[in-house]
Formats: sequence, structure tokens, C-alpha cells
Amino acid sequence: MSEVKFSKEHEWIILEGDVATIGITQHATEMLGDIVFAELPEKGSNVEKDGTAGVVESTKAASDVYTPVSGEVVDINQAIVDDPAKINEDPEGTAWFFKLKMKDISELDSLMNKEEYDKFAKESSS
Amino acid sequence: MEIKKTSLNKLHQDSQAKFVEFAGYEMPIQYSKGVIEEHKFTRSHAGIFDVSHMGQLFIYGNENLTSDLEKIFPLDLKNLQQNCSKYSFLMNEEAGIYDDLIITKLEDGYLIILNAACKEKDFEILSNILSKKYKMELSNDRALVAIQGPKAVEILNETINGVKNLSFMTGDWFDYSGQKLFVTRSGYTGEDGFEVSILNDLAEEFTKSLIKKGAELIGLGARDTLRLEAGLCLYGHELDLNKTPVEANLKWAISKERLSNGGFVGSDKIINQIKEGAKQIRVGIKPEGRLIAREKTKIFNETELPIGEITSGTFGPSINGPIAMGYVDKEFSKIDTKILLEVRGKKHPANICKLPFYKKSYVKGVN
Repeated sequence: MSEVKFSKEHEWIILEGDVATIGITQHATEMLGDIVFAELPEKGSNVEKDGTAGVVESTKAASDVYTPVSGEVVDINQAIVDDPAKINEDPEGTAWFFKLKMKDISELDSLMNKEEYDKFAKESSS
Repeated sequence: MEIKKTSLNKLHQDSQAKFVEFAGYEMPIQYSKGVIEEHKFTRSHAGIFDVSHMGQLFIYGNENLTSDLEKIFPLDLKNLQQNCSKYSFLMNEEAGIYDDLIITKLEDGYLIILNAACKEKDFEILSNILSKKYKMELSNDRALVAIQGPKAVEILNETINGVKNLSFMTGDWFDYSGQKLFVTRSGYTGEDGFEVSILNDLAEEFTKSLIKKGAELIGLGARDTLRLEAGLCLYGHELDLNKTPVEANLKWAISKERLSNGGFVGSDKIINQIKEGAKQIRVGIKPEGRLIAREKTKIFNETELPIGEITSGTFGPSINGPIAMGYVDKEFSKIDTKILLEVRGKKHPANICKLPFYKKSYVKGVN
């Protein structure tokens, strides 16, 4: 497995073979508050790097979820659609959003590592 | 313009509040527990709400004031008992709503609770209509603290002995730390509860005493989900200058005695609308599934013709599902009518449903 990478839109991504698992960060859930709705891309659809690939809603507002890389959606996490509160409970673990078969693995290069992301998150929320 | 702070601002900060600007005030949107927990705590225990940003307008006068206010509000104020409160509206000639409010008859006048964003304008409108004949005071030295929920009566009565004897929509003066508080049994959550008008200097200590007894601070986020579950209107969303009380389905708030003769601002329009029926009317809406339809979501009938718009929509923590209110053409306002809501370019099924979403438990009479 590769190291976890992070995007400026507060998604995390981890690669296993050529399949990437993507979710939103702990920091994102803290900013959003209680998540009460999640919409995921359709299995089999193709998503483009930095394009929208879902929606999460808190009690107050809706936010788009972006995909940090391009690829074909090979799996989605139905459990978070059925019970969105799971996203607040374990955002960087069991509450992953979708899995992509990546087209171009070099797209990961422009993303942040954990240390860079933590710094970015701290700066963007202050 | 500099952001205004209520006298509880420091307490909010110390309680890890997340702040938002609301009507020019720095207000807590939520605390560390989050909207859903805060909402549920209010329904099961007792929540404290800082609503000091709202206007507390005292108007002093006698029977002449009562007659003059009857030219403004669609209420039977002559027969309103002292210390009794009524929900009402400040309207223009077209019955468009400048503000919704609670008015309470006092021994020496009236206390009117106004929305924060409207209070300055309301003051201007009212002082113009009343031609400055009466002493009017938009209080700067009083905080307004609400305590709401099934434990509210027990907790507040320990601090202010006697409040348990108030009936819903009545109020009275009580002593606290050598000062006078005005307490009404009312609120905005669909729960039993009270609103306490208290001098700024005493507000923090008073609120801390409620927290010590088991009540918790609740932010504006949960205040919104609570009021929406209770089917209550929020000014600027369900109500504005383009809506009348009849369209807002708030006819109940207009005194029957005033409908026969009118004589209040907007009465011609109201009487006419009650006779002819309004074109659009406020309804409760329940989306199917978990989809949340927010304010400004377009509403369609089953054949996909536009019939209205959502005015408030969120997730109802006690309902455990999405809820909304909005306006639809009258012929589609019947309970269980199937409608479609356009969210992110797709139309999703929903139903017109009865309000409130959450059954209230107000205390009508005591003993």
C-alpha cells in the first residue's frame, strides 16, 4: 500500500495496486459538523481529477466532494449513504467514500503528504 | 461596522462555541457537542439559548396606546389580560410582513420581542405610526436567555421561584439578585420553556446557575433544526414582505374579533385573502429517503410543472430524516400530495405533510 496522500479539498487517498480508496479528512468533518446526507458517484462511472464526485450535507449546508485523481469508480461505500453519521465517527477509516481504478498514477505526485496536509489544514482554518 | 457581542459572549467562548455573524452579532452556531447532540439534549433535558440579539421593545402607555396598537396589530388587545402574550406581525398595507413578533401586555404598556435583523427598522416604523406619542425603548441593557425542554421548568424554578406557575404564553416580573426579571413561558423549539429578560450585568451569572443545575448551552444551528421540526416560521425564510399571514398559514394568529371590522394595517388585504383564498400557501414537506432540500429548491407537481419553492430545509434530528417547509400553489397543498423537488439538477419525490413534524408539549394550564 502507498502512503496516504491529501488534497487541498480535504480528501484523503490511498493506493493499493491501481485502485485508490478516497474519503474526506477528519479535519473536513470537523469543519462540516454533523453529516446527515452523503451522495456518491455511480459505480462504473468515470470521474476526472478535481471534478465533483459526490456531496455531503451537514445540518447547515451542502458541500461538494471532489476526486483528487481521475479514474473509473469500481466501488462505493453504501454504508455511509445509509448512515451518514458514520462519516463523523471514522472519516479516515471505515467511512471511505469510493474506490477508483486510476488511469494515471502520477496524478498522486502533486498531492500532499500527512505532514504537509496537517500544516495546510491548520493554516486554512485559522 | 463592528460586530456586536451579547453579554454572554465570553461564556460562549469559554464553552468552545463556533461563532457566526448573525444580524450583525457574533453568535454561537454550535458548541463542541454539535448540532444533533445539542438538538436532542434540548428535547430530552433542557437547552439554554442566548437570544439577546433579539429586540426587546418596551412601549409605555395606557388605553390610548392599546387603541393605537390595535391600528397596527391584528389582535384584540383591549381584551388581552395583563401579562398575556400573543404572536403577531408588523405588516405593510399589502399585508406583507415586516416582522413577526411576540407582544405581551404589561401593567404600564407592552413588551414586544422582535427579530434581531428587523428590530431597528421595526422601531422606526412603529414610532412613525405612533407619531412619537408614547415612550418607546429598544432595550440595550437587557439580555434575553431562553431555557427550553422538558427539564426547563424544574431547573428554572430552582433559580427563580414561582416560574412553574406561569401558563404557556403568559409572563411576569420576578426578583433575582435584587433586580427584576421578566419571564415568559414561551419559546421557539416546540418544547415547554421560558424566555428570561435580564439585565446584561446579571446574564452570565444567571446562565451559569442554569448550567450548574444541568442545562446546557445550545447554538443557533440546533435552534434552527428545533424550530423547523416544530413547524415554526423564521423571518427572512418563511416570512418576508412578499408573504402575508394568510399565505403563511398563520390565520390562527389573527384575532377573529378583528376580522369583521378590520381597521389595522393590511386588514383589507387579509380579509380579502381569507374570503378569496391565497394563491400560494405554506406547507410542511417531507422528502422521501435522506435527501435534504434546502431553501430556494424548486417544487414541481407530478407532471413536472413548477408549483412553488422551499423556504427552509434541513435534517430533523428527532425525526431522523429530512424535513422542509415551503410555499406551493393552493391546489397542491393538501396533506399527502406527491410533489417533486429539484436538487442538483435531478427531481426527487417528496410529500406534503402535516405540521408540526415534531409534536409539541406546551404546558397550557398549570394545576
